[in-house]
Amino acid sequence: MKKQSLVAIDDLNRSEILALLERARYFEQHPNSHLLEGKVVATLFFEPSTRTRLSFETAVNRLGGRVIGFSDAATSSTSKGETLNDTIKMVSNYADLIVMRHHLEGAARYASEIGGVPIVNAGDGANQHPSQTMLDLYSIMKTQGKLEGLTITMVGDLKYGRTVHSLLQALRYFKPVMHFVASKELEMPREYIRLCEENGIEYYEHTDFSPEVIAASDIIYMTRVQRERFPDLAEYEKVKNLYTLRRSMLDVAKPNMRILHPLPRVNEIDRDVDGSTHAYYFEQARNGVYARQAIITNALGIDPLEK
Amino acid sequence: MTSTKTELAVAALRNGTVIDHIPASALFRAVHILGIEDMPNRVTIGNNLPGKHMESKGIIKIEGVEFDRDVLNKIAVVAPTATINIIRDYAVAEKHPVELPETLIGTVRCPNPKCITNNEPMDTRFDVTERSTPILRCHYCNHCVSGTEAEII
Ligand SMILES: [Zn+2]
Repeated sequence: MKKQSLVAIDDLNRSEILALLERARYFEQHPNSHLLEGKVVATLFFEPSTRTRLSFETAVNRLGGRVIGFSDAATSSTSKGETLNDTIKMVSNYADLIVMRHHLEGAARYASEIGGVPIVNAGDGANQHPSQTMLDLYSIMKTQGKLEGLTITMVGDLKYGRTVHSLLQALRYFKPVMHFVASKELEMPREYIRLCEENGIEYYEHTDFSPEVIAASDIIYMTRVQRERFPDLAEYEKVKNLYTLRRSMLDVAKPNMRILHPLPRVNEIDRDVDGSTHAYYFEQARNGVYARQAIITNALGIDPLEK
Repeated sequence: MTSTKTELAVAALRNGTVIDHIPASALFRAVHILGIEDMPNRVTIGNNLPGKHMESKGIIKIEGVEFDRDVLNKIAVVAPTATINIIRDYAVAEKHPVELPETLIGTVRCPNPKCITNNEPMDTRFDVTERSTPILRCHYCNHCVSGTEAEII
């Protein structure tokens, strides 16, 4: 198996996505191993993200590898003006794999072209975050028993929400029916509507989070509507509660319907939903470790089924 | 076939380059890209001339210079309809439309201030996603920019 970086979900074709999901399932059954024995993984977080870093570091530790790195750029040499190129070259001397998060868009792509060790992108600004997409897909597959032909509803900030864009890019291989629920200001960008059309994906756009949409859904993917996205605060106040999911709205839902959210949430999912059988967002986060174990071993060219 | 007008224009050069069929709105950007402000060479610039397919066109004639592919790629970004005539000894030795390559390296600045290319000493790289009215997509941050709005480096 060859070593390879994972920078964007678009780097993966359908069979590569399915192979990674298969592997994530293996790691859920075998979370602890020595597959990374003798390997060092660097987690370079030029921008802090405790949640993502802990998930990656847990994945490495459960695989028996060791972790070096930093958790924000203020403690790294970047604060002394070192270029990304130099940091990546330096760390490539020490580590077998680099997991990086950066506030600049395209940073991971550039790092993967420098010619050091493989790069796993743990988020580059508003651009890409492929391990989030893999854990979303894994959660969908696990709760529904399949990926093909599901009805998936995306709610909230569909304009700036990088997670929904990446998820949609990956779902194009699996013939979903999509419902997009958002206010006019935060509707799905036209390039992603085009992506639906080019891939023959049936889609519906709504400004209303209606019982009909909830009743039709296998998955409801909620996102946070951020105040700073609205130039006009009054506009935000008007919209913010329109896309809140409450327990009373779930009476019409199909039994298999599950609610996903990339977390952290603010008020878009009411606390009273947490106890519902439909709530899946906390388990979803746990799936992140398995998905990242799959991504890390794949990037290092290690096949758990061969060892 | 070239029009009489163009042939007249071409005949005025002994050796050099004629860039024809530049959209009038792109003429001065083309002038800038060619760097002819600082050249001692004899230059003729015409604009808002009647064109065959366009509302109006511009033309640039430069004595004694043939441009690199690199420079002509930049012209293709802002003026995808332009044609290049290479003149040698009063005759048109070569004539071809400008050709937009699939990838532009170090040609266009990314409009996204948060793009890595604007923060690291490195070449930009854009993929051409649409050719007739050029749309370029940053290989790094995926932001798109149209040829008419692209800042040429
Ligand atoms: Zn860019």
